[in-house]
Formats: sequence, structure tokens, C-alpha cells
Amino acid sequence: MSDAILTQRLTRYYGRRAVVNSLDLRVPQGSVYGFLGRNGAGKSTTIKMLTGMVQPDSGRAFVLGEDVSQLAPATRARIAYLAEGHPLYRWMTVGEMARFASAFYPSWNDRLLEQILDHFALPRRTKIRRLSNGQRAQLSLALAVAPDPELLILDDPTLGLDTVVRREFLESLIQVIQRRGRTILFSSHILGDVERVADRIGILADGVLRVDCPTDVFKESVRKVLVEFGRTPPEFPGCAGLVSSRQVGATLELIVVGFGEEQRQACEALEPRAIDVIELNLEDAFIEYTRGPRRSLPIFATEHRDVESLGAQGAA
Amino acid sequence: MEFRVDPTNRLPIYRQLGNQIREAVARGRLHPGEQLPSVRDLSRTLVINPNTVARVYTELERDGVLRTRQGLGVFVAEPKAELTKRARKAKLEELLDRFLTEAVYLGFSADEVVSAVAERAGQFQWSQA
Repeated sequence: MSDAILTQRLTRYYGRRAVVNSLDLRVPQGSVYGFLGRNGAGKSTTIKMLTGMVQPDSGRAFVLGEDVSQLAPATRARIAYLAEGHPLYRWMTVGEMARFASAFYPSWNDRLLEQILDHFALPRRTKIRRLSNGQRAQLSLALAVAPDPELLILDDPTLGLDTVVRREFLESLIQVIQRRGRTILFSSHILGDVERVADRIGILADGVLRVDCPTDVFKESVRKVLVEFGRTPPEFPGCAGLVSSRQVGATLELIVVGFGEEQRQACEALEPRAIDVIELNLEDAFIEYTRGPRRSLPIFATEHRDVESLGAQGAA
Repeated sequence: MEFRVDPTNRLPIYRQLGNQIREAVARGRLHPGEQLPSVRDLSRTLVINPNTVARVYTELERDGVLRTRQGLGVFVAEPKAELTKRARKAKLEELLDRFLTEAVYLGFSADEVVSAVAERAGQFQWSQA
């Protein structure tokens, strides 16, 4: 079995809304998978189904080759899960928490834990409620890594951390990745972090997996295409790979995956004044991709209004 | 030699790093035979996935910029002219045409361009003709 995570038409409803809709997710063994989506896209629900904390309404999920609904305790011990917000027993000390967590894992590595706690300079005898948000995140990572898991599932691990702590967290994550064969799935809102560490990304929008490919491929293939008309643009008829099209003044703004000859011809057929193809960074590409379908921007600038009124005069 | 990556850049990280190494070699800041940091070390310093660094090294090795010596590490390769002189000249002319076209549109005179080229050329490491 070469997929650390595999889901088949995984679906979960909250009320009448499908928060996760027929999700087919594949995370190859040994990869670092960045799981992206806007708030409410279904990331956390998916992760909770993968860890058995939420039951799917239909479909199946496999981790490390086993069905999540019948996961053997021995398999569970090979998986670490870092919950959103780093919930820990606040009345325990760091040392007590570590001892408590170690009881669940036969493969617990005390030396590794000590190394990581030292690396973060986390004091063993401090109560968890006295730790900062950053220190709590570092402690959760240390606890997650100590059993030397084959699969790490991290739900937005850097949420609420300041830039410096976030960078330290990523550095530790890189060290974790450097151990061969380990698979990591992590959800995040910080696209720069994702690009640094993820081999592959998946983008979830409204419960549906819209993107699933190597990180570089996504960045290299999403383009913003500005088709300028100098008059009210016509409706764009569509082409392969079209994500969205909207009208901004006298320009049609298209987001296209894989802009090639076919797509250029579709634009030229509208006889525009000019066609500009713009590369996007990961953050911009993500925003364009998840903004939602074919919504026109409201017009604020006066020059746009002038174009419209000119058009009206021409008609009159 | 210090490399940097910037995720807000439009180029993917592996291209940013690859370009920087190529440029460092071309400008003589990295010499033939000089060793590069290990995949492990560089991924740690740059805080990027080790697979990305490994991919850059592999691609640069394929292009003849770097060379892996088994068990020793990754080194800057000795320059070698694989293309025939004519093919290289054709490639150079193609690059020049693109560059000169831009220069014309930027509104420079031929003399200005020639002296700017001569000035920049001093900053690079050239093979002995």
C-alpha cells in the first residue's frame, strides 16, 4: 500500500449542507501534503473523519492501509494528530503531560522528546496554563513527534503564532520531514509556509477537492489573463481549464489553469485590443482559485462609470 | 555562499534556488570543485522541504552545473563545452536578439548598450577562449 491516506467518496452532512462532498483524497506515503481551503471549506471535518472523531455519512477513509472505522490500536499508535488550537490539559506541568501522553504509545522515544523540549527551551516543571500560545504549539509538536509516528496529521498547527515562533515551528517540522518515509498532512492558511514544506497541495472549496497536484505545478500553471477591449467586454464563452471569468471595467479577467494555444485562440476570437498573461504567486493563485465562481466585481472607479455612460449615449 | 528563497515570489522555490546557484557559478562566486551544502543542511537553513533541494541538485547535475561524487557530496562541476561552437554561437545570437529588442524599446542608443554590456561583463567569470 503506497498511500498513507486514501478516501473514497467521503461525505459528511451538517444539516442539509454537505461540508465534505464525495472527497477522493490520496496522500502518497513519504509526502508532505498541504491541505488548503478557506474557513468552512471542510478541512477540519475531513481531518476529524481521518482520525475517527467524526463519522462519515457515506464513503470510506483508510489510513496506513486500514479502514478508519476499524483501526487497530497498534495502527493508531503509528499516527500522531495535532488538533487545532493545541488543546492540552492546562493543569498539568510539561513533564506530567509528556508522561501522560507516553502511556498511549509503545514506541515512545523519550530521548527524542527531551531533544525537542531542549531545542524549544520548554521548562519541564511549568504548568501548561502558564505557557504562551507558541510554547503550547511547540509542546504539541514535541508530543506528536515523540512516538516516532509514520503519519502526522496537523490541523492548522501555526494558527495564532507570531512570525518568529511560526518560523521555529517550521524549522522543527523540516527536521521531522527529514526522517525518511514519514508522511505529513497539514492544513494551513499561510500559503508561504505551505510552499516551503509541502510536496503536494490539495485545495478544498465547499467540500469538494478542486486542486490536487505538486505544489510547483499549481504555482506554474495558474495564470491570470487580462483581455482588454476598450469597450464593454463580451461574455467569455469558456475554455478548458477556466476557473473563473469576470468583468472589470473594459477588461475580462480570466483565471486559467494551463494557458496554452487553445486558450489564447478562445480569447483572440473575441477580437480584444490586447491579451496579458500574468503569473501568480501561491497566495494570489489560491485567492483567485477559491474566490468563488463568476462573480463580477462591483465598480468603484469613476472611469469605469464613464465607459458605461459613453456606451449608453452611443445607444441613444 | 548564502541562498535565499521567497514564497511570495512568483517563481516556484525550486526555480529560485536553481537560478541562484546558476548565477553564483556564472559570476564565479562558486568555483569549480567547490562543495555545496548537503541537502539536509540547506533544507534546514532555508526552511524548505528537503525534496525541493534534492530536486534542484538533480536538475543542475543533469544540466552539467553540479556533480555528485558518491559518498562525498555535491560539487560545482568543471565547465565543459558540450555544444559545438556553431550551435553555441546560434544560441548566443538568439539571446542577444531578445535582449537588444528590449533595449531598443527602452530607448537606449547602440553605444550606450555596448558600454553597459562591457561594464556588466566585468562582474562575471568567463572561460578562457
